[in-house]
Amino acid sequence: MSASSSMQGNTVPASGMDNTIESPGQRAPLVLGTGDFHTVTNQVCRVTEHPSVPMAWYVAFGVSLMLLGALGIAVNYLIFTGVGVWGLNNPVMWAFDITNFVFWVGIGHAGTLISAILFLFRQKWRTGINRFAEAMTIFAVICAGIFPGIHVGRVWFAYWLFPIPNQMEMWPQFRSPLLWDVFAVSTYFTVSLVFWYIGLIPDLATLRDRAKGTIQQFAYGLFALGWRGSARHWHRYEVAYLLLAALATPLVLSVHSVVSFDFAVSQLPGWHTTIFPPYFVAGAIFSGFAMVVTLAVPARELFGLKDLITMRHLDNMNKVILVTGCMVGYAYSMEFFIAWYSGAPYEQFTFINRAFGQYWWAYWIMVSCNVITPQLFWFKKVRTSIPAMFVLSLFVNVGMWFERYVIIVSSLANDFLPTSWDEFIPTWVDIATMLGAFGLFGVLFLLFCRYLPMIAIAEVKSVMPEANPHWEGYAKGHAHHGGAHHGHGGASAGSQPAFQDPRPGQP
Amino acid sequence: MTTFATPSSTTAPASTETSVAQTWGLVARFANPAELMHAAEAVRKAGYRYWDCHSPFPVHGIDHAMGISRTILPVVVFGAGAAGCTLGFLLQSFTNSYDFSIWAMVWVTGYPFLISGKPLLSFPAFVPVMFELTILLSALTTAFGMLAFNQLPELYHPLLKHPGFGRATDDRFFISIEARDPQFLRSKTGEFLKSLGASSVEVVES
Repeated sequence: MSASSSMQGNTVPASGMDNTIESPGQRAPLVLGTGDFHTVTNQVCRVTEHPSVPMAWYVAFGVSLMLLGALGIAVNYLIFTGVGVWGLNNPVMWAFDITNFVFWVGIGHAGTLISAILFLFRQKWRTGINRFAEAMTIFAVICAGIFPGIHVGRVWFAYWLFPIPNQMEMWPQFRSPLLWDVFAVSTYFTVSLVFWYIGLIPDLATLRDRAKGTIQQFAYGLFALGWRGSARHWHRYEVAYLLLAALATPLVLSVHSVVSFDFAVSQLPGWHTTIFPPYFVAGAIFSGFAMVVTLAVPARELFGLKDLITMRHLDNMNKVILVTGCMVGYAYSMEFFIAWYSGAPYEQFTFINRAFGQYWWAYWIMVSCNVITPQLFWFKKVRTSIPAMFVLSLFVNVGMWFERYVIIVSSLANDFLPTSWDEFIPTWVDIATMLGAFGLFGVLFLLFCRYLPMIAIAEVKSVMPEANPHWEGYAKGHAHHGGAHHGHGGASAGSQPAFQDPRPGQP
Repeated sequence: MTTFATPSSTTAPASTETSVAQTWGLVARFANPAELMHAAEAVRKAGYRYWDCHSPFPVHGIDHAMGISRTILPVVVFGAGAAGCTLGFLLQSFTNSYDFSIWAMVWVTGYPFLISGKPLLSFPAFVPVMFELTILLSALTTAFGMLAFNQLPELYHPLLKHPGFGRATDDRFFISIEARDPQFLRSKTGEFLKSLGASSVEVVES
């Protein structure tokens, strides 16, 4: 953004411009290619309104559907046969199931961080990515919820997890971290869903008001609850949104802390560690942001959202990945230091065994993907390169899955008694369930992209300079949005796509 | 529905009465958030009570311009959070620490668990669930309380029927004044809205 354009105050930031440049005294634009609210609406809504979707969507949906089928087969086989179909043994009684559970819960955390914590910190760039990051949270927690449900063996007794009066006059044991986990994850899911839906209401109203088909009008209209943009409603809505953000912030920090208690409260060397809660939370945010980048890169390409999810958004996310990756690296080294410093021989053995024992390969995959490769994000060229960030985000996803695998399996496989040591070898059911969860996630996410607004339309508009009633353009009598003219005179006006209002009879 | 036309000054009060019966109110369109805010200030100063602004996003400072008093939602949410915390403690201490019976839809009895010599009333172990229930009840109260105070869902509303008003969720800014307002007079109110710089003033039928 040049100084002159900022001084004029009404020049449109060019589509595809580099908004990653830091220029003191000026705010980098977060919405490119337009200074017009209607264009933003069109850009987001055309994804759901267009009669067809890109071929890549169908390909991805087909692959996801097949993986979902594999999940169905694997889970049914497990339920009808028993948990023996997994590669579990004594002592490795938790392996892929809990690894997948922790992995998916962790993925979810970035969505809540973006929607709640960045909201409290007034990070306006969050508006471009918060909607689909929150959707990612919900779908990831659904995937996570499967694993504790099916690993109990007798699935039909899963309701024993909840304090429901029963004829045995027995209750759950509330001193167990496993029960804290039930409450933490179900609360997390409920609150995330509510937060997401409250955010969706104004955008569903936008879709309702634009819908041409009866089914769309009815469906969007039903869920928009009759929203009509009333300022009296907006007032309570904004207070409620702030409250939800303030409630979700401690919640998200507590959820992965409670997940880490599942391990830390036990006596097993490698699990019994006080660093676990912050270490797990940092790791969760790390993996979640990587997943957001993995999803955002293809989504903005496919659906033409590059002016709303700009390079600055991706650059910021890559910075978060770098920071949290360093925190995770610090936690890895601190675990080793404490193992040595504590003087506990079992603890020392566990950590040396992790790096050089039978699971050395998993440990070094974890270290390379989580600590070494993210260091490339120190370079701005890497942070702003689409292929580089996509590959690095995939590495982080792989690395974080292996982190949980290393923590769970390597600690269990070689515990106190060498006579009980064993090795975990996954069966096809383990692998089908793991891949199938990605299928479930993919199906839900692709349906979301197709039928719901992928970007928070109202929130993106509210961070445009034109949304401020005291914007300098208005002081000059620059009637920005009244009337038929969409051009803005500036040099970049020619680069704007000429959007036509699809509805007939509108003034 | 029909574009507002300046009525003749000879409009009798009786005919105004009949038109009020069919008229929900007037809706005026403004060009941008700045004009909306200036107009909102003027409407408040003119003493109207049943009126509202409509915008595709929350306009910063409009609640002050309109004189909206702050919602009591946070107080309600605090109450719900305190209730959730108490409920969490009572649930856990009853089910894990005592063996008396209470009526909760059915007669239920507590079950004192003795696990690894921990005290029956082990408060620190109960903290996570108390915390989660505090958040759960607060968040649900926030969401449903906001909808209740806003009187949503309200799937039918005269404004939603009004052609052109659909752009209020897209890129347009409106002020609506309801006919039930004691100050409402179709001609006078329409003129007033025009004088505030509205680009169009239309009658909304109920």
